[in-house]
Formats: sequence, structure tokens, C-alpha cells
Amino acid sequence: MILNIQGVRKQFGGLVAVDDFSLSMEKGELVGLIGPNGAGKTTVFNVVTGVYAPTRGAVSLDGTDITGMRPDLVTRLGIARTFQNIRLFARMSVIENILVSLHWRLKANVFDAFFLDRKYRHEEEAMRDTALRLLARVNLDKLTDSQAGSLPYGSQRRLEICRALATEPNLLLLDEPAAGMNPAESIELMRFIKKIQRDFGLTILLIEHQMRVVMGISERIVVLDHGVVISRGTPEEVSRDPKVIQAYLGVTEHA
Amino acid sequence: MELSRTLGRRALVLLGIILVVAWANGDLKLIGIPGWGSYTVRIINLCAINAVLAMSMNLVNGFTGQFSLGHAGFMALGAYVTALLTISPATKEMLFFMVPLWKPLQNLTLPFAPVLVLSGLVTGLFSLVVGVPALRLRGDYLGIATLGFAEIIRLVLQNVRRLTNGALGLKGVPPVVNLWWTLGAAALTYFALRNLLASSYGRAFKSIRENETAAQAMGIDLFKHKLLSFFISSFLAGVGGGLLASLLTTIDPVMFKFPLTFQVLLIVVLGGMGSLSGSVLAAAIVTYLMEFLRIVEEPHYLSFMTIRGIPGLRMVIFSLALVMVVIFYPRGLMGDNEITLAGTGALLKKLLPKRRVAA
Repeated sequence: MILNIQGVRKQFGGLVAVDDFSLSMEKGELVGLIGPNGAGKTTVFNVVTGVYAPTRGAVSLDGTDITGMRPDLVTRLGIARTFQNIRLFARMSVIENILVSLHWRLKANVFDAFFLDRKYRHEEEAMRDTALRLLARVNLDKLTDSQAGSLPYGSQRRLEICRALATEPNLLLLDEPAAGMNPAESIELMRFIKKIQRDFGLTILLIEHQMRVVMGISERIVVLDHGVVISRGTPEEVSRDPKVIQAYLGVTEHA
Repeated sequence: MELSRTLGRRALVLLGIILVVAWANGDLKLIGIPGWGSYTVRIINLCAINAVLAMSMNLVNGFTGQFSLGHAGFMALGAYVTALLTISPATKEMLFFMVPLWKPLQNLTLPFAPVLVLSGLVTGLFSLVVGVPALRLRGDYLGIATLGFAEIIRLVLQNVRRLTNGALGLKGVPPVVNLWWTLGAAALTYFALRNLLASSYGRAFKSIRENETAAQAMGIDLFKHKLLSFFISSFLAGVGGGLLASLLTTIDPVMFKFPLTFQVLLIVVLGGMGSLSGSVLAAAIVTYLMEFLRIVEEPHYLSFMTIRGIPGLRMVIFSLALVMVVIFYPRGLMGDNEITLAGTGALLKKLLPKRRVAA
């Protein structure tokens, strides 16, 4: 079991954003977390990555308790994420965006950087190699020196995923990667996600607003509504669940 | 072959620079060549010191994206450390006639170079004391907190009379600095910061400026890097303050009020937040204009009428200039671009053929 979320509750004042949320993921799984707007999906991500400390409950990664741990430390333990609204380093180049993710492994200290001495230059070269290899795998290697903010939308999404991969995670959290894409683009993106999961041996937790998009690639789906899990199971089971249909379509009991 | 040629060219350029500085500094008087006028040299000294200060402020405000307004306070610390460690014991005895100076410092004087480094270190260490609580704040709140800390430093300097001589200030700081010191400090600062910013640490700083949440999610320790940037910046502010103390030979707490921070901020914004060479360029422009614009503050006697100068009008002009820059040219002279040799060459190539056509 790589990720274990136990009875997490997150409360903002009087508002309960997520209540009694539990989920455990095995290595190599791809789980979809779906639900209507405001269901609390991103809150779950923020609790897992340490942005929020949960009001109650616990999160552990590979048996290590990471509840409320600082986000950069969580990342170093092997959880990487993307954001619902793209958060690239817009005024930095494509390759610099990737290199930032490699910074925490840097061994050279500030004095090495002041003098750009041999020790530093050696590491810098290795970092650039790694970054270029990663960019090649997501087909962005021709744009290494472009400004990240000037890339087309789809490429920005791919770059954000690539930046997360550069931290060498075991678990990847993707927050609505298909937001703002048309159906054809979404399908292509899902294929891309499936591919990187295989290539990098990743465990992936994927938030998606539209159920259709994740149906094809998720082994399991968890459905959140108003902060509570209303259904979980295989895509087929979930899509037949009347509670899910009701949450999504707002069907009343009379209908 | 190719390498030796570039090396040779570089050595030639370096030699040229050394000769020009030596001439301007008056070092060639020995062989009968007079130096540049002392007024001009003084302005160049100020330009270089302002460049150091602006680059150091740019590191925190422009590259790391943290709005800090504590520069005057840090400069004051550096200036006082330099003054206290270089003024001769006899002068100290004369200065501290109201309250005697703290004993251990009375007879302590050190050579200028280690004093300058010490000024930077003391200021840097103090910046950690300020930074640990203040850097937990963001945006305007950080600006207000650092401004407050700078004011606290100034008030402490004004009131710990056994150490600082209070409001009387310190006079008789040995005028050690010359063009070698100031230009050398500016060049060292420029190259050290350029390297740092080109390195992985520089990228970490910029990522914090671009998006804190994302930077942290990519494993960047926000607090550590903000503090690092703050420390380096304050170290340089302390060195700049020390140079200034030796250039002016007289310091007092009133010098280090907020307008001093504002003046450095003006240079940084005018040069471009996130451009080192922009800071250097703007430091030269602003320092020169500060002197040039003295004409608006001086009275002018024409044959038919007298124009009275208005003291303080220079600052009005600079404030207006800053407002204009922020409204019409928010990225400053350079934005976040740098002046490079290759870039200058390309620009010249673009400009030169046009002239030929015109001729």
C-alpha cells in the first residue's frame, strides 16, 4: 500500500469541505477521483500534499505518517502534483521550469554557485541532461528555451506534468489535467497519462470533473459529493450507481 | 589558437580598464598625468556604491519577489560597523565627549578590507534576526514589517549613545575609499550575483517569485531560500553602507531614514525588477541626475530677473519620474533582460548598416 488516507476531515470554520474521507492505493494503480464542482476533490489533494493540515484523520505514504507535513518535504518523500489552474513559472524558460524541480537534490552549496566552480558546473550539466531527457519524453524538447508562459495551453499542461515528474515521484496527483480541453484533446491527454504511468512506473490519483474522461483509464473510481464519498468501485459500477447519477444530473426522486 | 586569442583580447580589455581607472583615480600623478576632477570622481564613487545597493535590493525585490523595504536600516548597520572599526582612538575620544565609548571598541581599529567584510557579516547576521519573523509575511505586509525593522535599527542607533554617539553621529571616518574600492565592490557584486542567479539557487529564487505554491510543491524550501536571499542582500547592503561611510566620512542616524530606501528602490524599479545590469545602468543615471538637477534648487541670476531655486524640488522630480515609469513603463529600462556583450554586439550590427545607407 503506497498511499493510505484514513478518515480525513477538513473544516474551514463552519464549512466541512471533506468529511471522513478514506482511500488506500496500491503501487501502480490509477484511481480517479470525481465529483461535481465544489465536492472537495482539490481539498483532498491539498491535505495529501501538506498544503492543509486535516482537522481530523491521517495520511501516510509507504507507511510514513505525512499528516500536515510541509509540502516541500512531502514532495521529497515522493508525491508530486499538478494544479487545476496551471501554475507554471511563467517568466522562466521551459527547461528552467524542469530544473527547479531538480533543485532540492543539488549537493553544491551557495559558494559553489557564486564561483560556478567545477563541482557546481558538473552538477549543472547532469541536471540539464536529466531535464532534456524528460522533456524529450513529453515531446517538448524542441521548445526548451521558450518562455513557459508563452506556450500553447496543451503544451503548458504537458510541461506541468513533466515538471512534477522531474521531482521523481512514486505517486503523482493530477488535478483536472483535462480542464478546458475539448473531447478529442482530453482523450489524447488520457492516453498520454496512461503512457507516462507505464513508462515511469507511477501510481496516479487523478481528479476529473467529467466522468467520461476517466472512465477509460481508471481501474477504480471514487465519487465525492459535498465532501462525502457517495460511491466507489470500478467505472462500470460507479456509472450505474443511482446516487452518482443523481449527484451529476440533479435527478430528483420524482423523476 | 582560438582560445588564446580570446584570452589575449580579454587581458587587453582588462588592462585597458585598469589603466582608465588608474588615470581617473589620480594614480598616474606619479608620472605627471593628472587624474579626473575630484567632483567627477566623487560622482562615479556614488554611482558605484548605488549600483551595489541597487543590485542587492534587486536580489530580494526583483529576483525573489519579496517586497522588502529595510535597506536603509541594513546600510546604517554596515556604516556604523565600518565607522566604529576604522576611526582612530584619538578621534573616538574626541567624538564621545558626552558619553564615553564602550571600552573594548575604544582602541580597536582594523584595516579597511576586513572591516568591510565584517560590516557585511554583522548586517547579514542581523538580517536573519529580522528575516526569521518577517519573512513569514507576504507582499505588502512584508514591506511594512521590514520598513518597521529598519526604523527600529535607526532609533536604536540614535539612542545607544555608548556605542553610536547618538544623534551626534560619527565624524572622521578615514576616507579610504577611492575608485578601486567602489568600482571593485560593484564589479565583484555584479559577477557574484550574476553567477548566483544563473545557478540553480537563482532559479529557485525566481520560482518563488513566479509562484510560491508551485515552487513549494516542487520541493523548494521557501523559508530557507527567502532567508538566503535576504541574507546575501543584507550582506551587500552592509558593505554598501560601509563604503558610503568611508566616502562621506561623517554618518549620523538621520541619514538612514526611509528616503534612502526609497532612493535605492527608485533605481531598482527604473532599471527593471529582475535585471542586474538594469540596476547598474539606472544607478549611474539616477546618481548623475541627482547631481545635475541641483540647478533647480539653486538660484539663478539672469540680467533681467532672478529665479529662486526651490530646495527639495529634485525629490519632487524623482517622485514624478517614478510615477511616470510605473504608469507608462512598468518594466523599467531593462525589464528582466540583461545587457550582455553578445546582445550589445548584435544591437550594434543592427544599427551600423543603417548608418551606412543613410550616408
